[in-house]
Amino acid sequence: MFDVELGHYLTLGAIIFTIGVVGVFLNRKNIIVILMSIELILLAVNINLVSFSIYTENLIGQIFTMFILTVAAAEAAIGLAIIVVYYRNSGTIRVEEIDKLKG
Amino acid sequence: MIAHAIFFYIFSFIAVISALMVTVSKNTVHSVFFLILDFISISCLFIMIGAEFLGMIMVIVYVGAVAVLFLFVVMMLNVAKQKNTWFSTSAVSSHIPIGLLISLVIFFEIIIVIGGWKYKPNILNSISLNTSSEITNTHSLGYVLYTDYIHLFQLSGMILLVAMIGAIVLTFRQRSGLRRQSYFKQISREKNEGVELVEAENKKGVKIDV
Repeated sequence: MFDVELGHYLTLGAIIFTIGVVGVFLNRKNIIVILMSIELILLAVNINLVSFSIYTENLIGQIFTMFILTVAAAEAAIGLAIIVVYYRNSGTIRVEEIDKLKG
Repeated sequence: MIAHAIFFYIFSFIAVISALMVTVSKNTVHSVFFLILDFISISCLFIMIGAEFLGMIMVIVYVGAVAVLFLFVVMMLNVAKQKNTWFSTSAVSSHIPIGLLISLVIFFEIIIVIGGWKYKPNILNSISLNTSSEITNTHSLGYVLYTDYIHLFQLSGMILLVAMIGAIVLTFRQRSGLRRQSYFKQISREKNEGVELVEAENKKGVKIDV
């Protein structure tokens, strides 16, 4: 209990990953919250990589975490730009009202 | 060791609770705030277990840039007051039970993988990039990042550049009805089309047509 091992960090990563997946699956609000859930998923992956990197004394995990951080920032910027354009065109970003691809 | 465990449980509890609040909170602005809290507690965890540089980068990049970007977009789109209809409207949300089921299955799969996982016995011998305790985490990251991983590092810079240009191109729009300064027209003006010498006749003046 009072000896924090690698498994504790991996469990924390698993919990946050699952919360992010639940947020993507069950969201009824708007797409911005879905983007935030994707950020949570990437955060969980970062937790896993950093804890493996610390506990196996290998630095590669932290380097990969930096690259994941870069990709997450780029993804957030592009996603928010797409959301802004969509809102400007259609006036809503509610999840159930976005059905333009339905035809 | 006790202090490490106590801090781990505090930070991870805050992280899990705020991650839950990101997904269930009614107000989008509150979701962004809880996202910031989540990032900060996770970066505290990173600093605690010895990855100081990544913890600091996490605070700078996520809290300083990404969360502020989210806040700006929420503010500009004026969607903060949209009501969340979690679990309440059964007509449109028939996929909630299957979504919960699949999430639970994913969670238990990950937990089973973690529980049944063992180190390869000689994993510590096969590692070339050792973390040494004599230099700091930032120093050792810099030694590796700018030598062995320089191409990936440059490539991530290119990804950021492409993302920046893409975001600008996506959100750029040409507004009609604005009178803008046209530098090229101003600079390429010649003397003979700008100035004209006119003979002014007596008592008639000069008619100026623009």
